[in-house]
Order: sequence, then structure tokens, then C-alpha cells
Amino acid sequence: MHVRHLSVADFRSYTSAELPLEPGVTTLVGLNGQGKTNLVEALGYLASLSSHRVATDAPLVRAGAERAVVRGAVMQDGRETMVELEITPGRANRARLGRSPVRPRDVLGSLRTVLFAPEDLALVKGDPGERRRFLDDLLVARQPRWAGVRQEYDRIVKQRSALLKSAQPYLSRRARVRRPRPGAEALDPASEAASALHTLGIWDAQLAGVGSSLLYARLRLLRDLGPYLAKAYDEVSNGQSDARVSYRSSLREGTAARLAAGEVPEIPELHEEILASLAAVRDQEVERGQCLVGPHRDDVLLSLGELPAKGYASHGESWSFALGLRLAAFQLLRTDLGDDPVLVLDDVFAELDVGRRERLAAMVGDAEQVLVTAAVPEDVPAALAGRTFRVTLGSVEEVVADDA
Amino acid sequence: MYEGAVQDLIDELGRLPGVGPKSAQRIAFHLLQADPADVERLAHALTEVKARVRFCEVCFNVSEAERCRICSDDRRDRTAICVVEEPKDVVAIERTREFRGRYHVLGGAISPIDGIGPQDLKVRELLTRLADGTVTEVIIATDPNLEGEATASYLSRMLRDVGVQRVTRLASGLPVGGDLEYADEVTLGRAFEGRRLLDA
Ligand SMILES: Nc1ncnc2c1ncn2[C@@H]1O[C@H](COP(=O)(O)OP(=O)(O)OP(=O)(O)O)[C@@H](O)[C@H]1O
Ligand SMILES: [Mg+2]
Ligand SMILES: [Zn+2]
Repeated sequence: MHVRHLSVADFRSYTSAELPLEPGVTTLVGLNGQGKTNLVEALGYLASLSSHRVATDAPLVRAGAERAVVRGAVMQDGRETMVELEITPGRANRARLGRSPVRPRDVLGSLRTVLFAPEDLALVKGDPGERRRFLDDLLVARQPRWAGVRQEYDRIVKQRSALLKSAQPYLSRRARVRRPRPGAEALDPASEAASALHTLGIWDAQLAGVGSSLLYARLRLLRDLGPYLAKAYDEVSNGQSDARVSYRSSLREGTAARLAAGEVPEIPELHEEILASLAAVRDQEVERGQCLVGPHRDDVLLSLGELPAKGYASHGESWSFALGLRLAAFQLLRTDLGDDPVLVLDDVFAELDVGRRERLAAMVGDAEQVLVTAAVPEDVPAALAGRTFRVTLGSVEEVVADDA
Repeated sequence: MYEGAVQDLIDELGRLPGVGPKSAQRIAFHLLQADPADVERLAHALTEVKARVRFCEVCFNVSEAERCRICSDDRRDRTAICVVEEPKDVVAIERTREFRGRYHVLGGAISPIDGIGPQDLKVRELLTRLADGTVTEVIIATDPNLEGEATASYLSRMLRDVGVQRVTRLASGLPVGGDLEYADEVTLGRAFEGRRLLDA
């Protein structure tokens, strides 16, 4: 697929901007802080309903404006679809597909992007949350219906954590003095504890039910991604040591070891395992008032040969790993869907040595559409020459070949 | 900011659910320009609803008497109770004319985030209604979302413990006119759980 046209209004630094696009490579150049990333961020938001830079929507709306609008004309199999999102911080987004208003979630899948950004280094060096997000975003890009599962699971974890916190005074063995909630009817502590335990059981079942599907989907995804990653890392780093991924589960030890070894048990078994693991940590959960088991506590171990990447890999190796993960995601989607996602390379060449630049360029050159941003045009390898736009203080203009 | 009374009105309107500051302002100025008799009627309706309407002592639906219209109707089936979250759910089910039993309004759903546990809902009152054994079927019609599902499974465990003959849950899942292919995992999963035998 490719984007034929991107428009933004009151998005980041733009009052409004129109960007006509074509298949092949398009490069956005301009000095620092002029608004190059803002444009590709808008495109990424259209594809995933989230920004690769910030977790909340407020910074996306131009300072002083109430809401931002992002619209893209997406071409797939010769058909054009208009995708539009209206972003109002603190409220639900509004979405349109063609002329019809739809739930925002329903636009997922209309546009698929794989975005490389300087922030990707956090995939290797950052918290487990970065890697969970990578997996779950890819899951949704591959099959949009997972967005609903992910949302439901997050809510279950919030509810269950809230219950653990509020039930702490009744359930904790350390708690001698009972602190009833103001306004609640006075009940004897024993029955209050029984009732809290009883409701905890309900949330355990919810967590295991939805959590097992999510876990299963992640395990399958990781199994499918592994070979692509090994190949991509090998190519980017020019045949250096082998890159591997394995799942780090918060489940009981025996199960965790099986999952780390790449086993993918069926959903009913995972369901039972989550319940058993929850039972095993019940006392700890009650003491700490936290939800300690489930996909929201998991991680992905990235390793180079025998050593974990985090804490061991050099800066350059870490970069190659991050690139490898994104490239693998691109290859997986390309093969799976029989259609190229739009590839976005935001400011990545500046971070790479010449060899890695050339190899990356060679690997993505055949994608249906590639958007590149760079502050220094010379950083972009010649292999990726294409149309160029100059971005200056919130306005975009095409650079005609002669005066480039 | 406006002068005293206008600002007070805007503030009060702004506290209503679903009314933001902008709408509050618009409604306030609409009222200022409206016919005094119209405004009088609105004010009267507001005071009346608080003075006259309360909750039915049996089912906790809204009612103008101690017992609501449905609870005091002898033609309604005494052996079936339909449990819902809010009074508006009673209205919705009544509109279908499918159900001839009585209701029980919980007053919400279990939601630890909002500090709502079973003890904050009319659960004990439900158990009291079941004590004499007249009721043989309880239909759980809480919302088909996470909190509604949690409340439903809490109730069904509870009701089985006290020995209600039949506990059923409204089927939930695929929207009529929808497309199976586009249903998300959660919806599809629930629809599967709620599958039923087809009449031969
Ligand atoms: N909500 C907003 N309202 C107004 N301006 C904003 C908003 N968010 C960001 N900006 C401005 O946008 C600019 C950053 O744009 P962007 O990140 O796209 O730069 P860039 O061209 O990619 O630069 P670099 O080459 O440094 O990566 C900053 O000057 C910032 O002040
Ligand atoms: Mg940038
Ligand atoms: Zn009643």
C-alpha cells in the first residue's frame, strides 16, 4: 500500500499542511525543529492511533488549538480509501473511513506503517514496557482485532490492581487494624475479607481468560518473527553474531522456562497456567497491592549469541538490533499480508556509520513506499534518492531537482 | 466569568453528566432568553422529581410510591427476577415486551477502580428476596462489558451457593447485521460462550 496524500490541521507545529505523495522514496529535509518528524508522526498516528514519541494526545494538538485533524488517502490494490482522525485531548477521538463515521478502532488496518526512529534504541536499552509495546503494536498491525483484546486486558489489570490495593487492609496478614472505607457499612472483618477474596477470584478468571489469548498471540508472533530478525540483523551488521529473541514470562518457573525455549502451548493450557501462577503469588500480591502475574509483567529477552543485548551490546550493536527488529516487522507484515506497509525512516541515518547506512538503504529500497526524514541531506544514501520536500517552520514545499 | 446568578447557573449545569463548560454556557443563555413560563415548568419538574420520586423498596427501580408499578402489578410473574444495573435498563427490557417477571436494580456494577464492590450494590437485598423460594429463575442482565461480566459471574456464583434453581445470563456477542470476520476476539469469545442449541 502507499499514501497518495497526507493532510494535517492543527497538528503539532502545523496550522495546516498538505503533502502529496507517490510510491517510491520521498525525503523530507529541513533544519532541526522545523517539523519533519511531526509529519511522519501524524502518519504513524493514522496507522496505530498512537504516537511513537508521546503517550498522551495533548502534545499532538497545536498549542492554542482545540483539536487536531489528520487525513490520509491510502491506495491499496488500486483502490483509494480516505482515513481521517480528529484528535481531541481528554476525549475519544473521532474517526472516518471514506465518508462514514466509524469507531476509531475500525480504522486500524486501513493504513499500515513500520516506523524507524531514534527512539527505537529504547527497544534494546529501555524498560520491558517498550518491548511489550513493540510486540502488541505489531500484533495489531498484523490483525487489527487484537486492539480490542489489548484494551480489555489493560482494563482488567487496572480493575484487579485497584481491588488488590483497596482490599489490602482486609487481606494482608500484616494488617492488624482494620480501616473501613468511609461510608461503607460496618461488616465484620472476616466477612469483608471473604468478600474481597471472592471478588478477587472473579478478576483472576477475567485476567486468565483474556490474558491467555494475548499471551498465546504474542508467543506465536515472536516465533514467527525470530527467523526474520536473525536474517535482518545479519544483513544490517554485515554477518556478525546472531540475534535472538525469547519470551520472558511472569508465570511459574517451569512454564516460564518452556515459553523461553520457544514452546507455544494452546490457550486452555495457558489459561490454567495463569490461574495457577496467580494462586502461587497470591500472598505477595496482597502484601504489595499489585498485580504480579500476566502478560503485562512479561518481557522479551534480546540476545546476541550467548549474551543479552541489554547491558552487554555496544552502542552500534544496540542500534543494529533495533533496526533488525523493525526490519523484521516489515518483512513479517510484507509476507503475511502480501502487501508492503509504508516504511518511515525518521532521522535514522544520522545515527549510523556509512556501512550500516548503505546496507539499510539496500534492504528497504524495494519497498512500495518509503518516507525518509533528515536534517542533513548528505546523510541519506544515494540509493534512496527520490522526491524531496523542504520543511521550514511548519510549511512544506517540494524541492525541484535543479535547486536541491 | 459572569456575574453571580448567571455564573452559578453555568456552574450547576456544568456538573451534570455529559455537559461540558461550553454546553453549560449555551444552555444558560438559552434559559436567560426563554419564556419565563417555560423556565418555570423546568424548575417545577426538577423540584417535583426530587420530592416525589424515590426508589422502590422491593426492586430499587425509580418509583413514585413505596413500590413501583411493576412490583405492585399482580399479573407479573413472581417466579422470575431479572437483575439489571440501572433503572434505564428496566425501561429498555420493558420495551421488548419479552419479559413478564419482575426486576432487581443493583445500582451499578462491580468496579474496583471506582471503589464499587458487591457491598455497594443491592446484592444483599436480592438475596433477601430469594429467601422464601418463590423465585425459581434469576436472569442476569448486566451490561455486556468487563464490569458487567464481572458482576454477572459474581452473582452467578453467589446464587448457585444459595440454591436458585435456574440462573441465566442474557446472551451477548455479535451485533445483529454485523459481520463475523470483523468481530474482535473478545466479542467473538463471548458469543461462543453464549452459544445455544438450534431447535431441530
Ligand atoms: N503541540 C505543538 N504546538 C506547537 N508547536 C509544537 C507542538 N509540538 C511540537 N511543536 C514544535 O515542533 C517542533 C519540532 O518539530 P519536529 O520534531 O518535527 O522537528 P524536526 O524537523 O523533526 O527536527 P529534528 O531534525 O531536530 O528532528 C518544535 O519546534 C516544537 O516546538
Ligand atoms: Mg525529527
Ligand atoms: Zn419495584
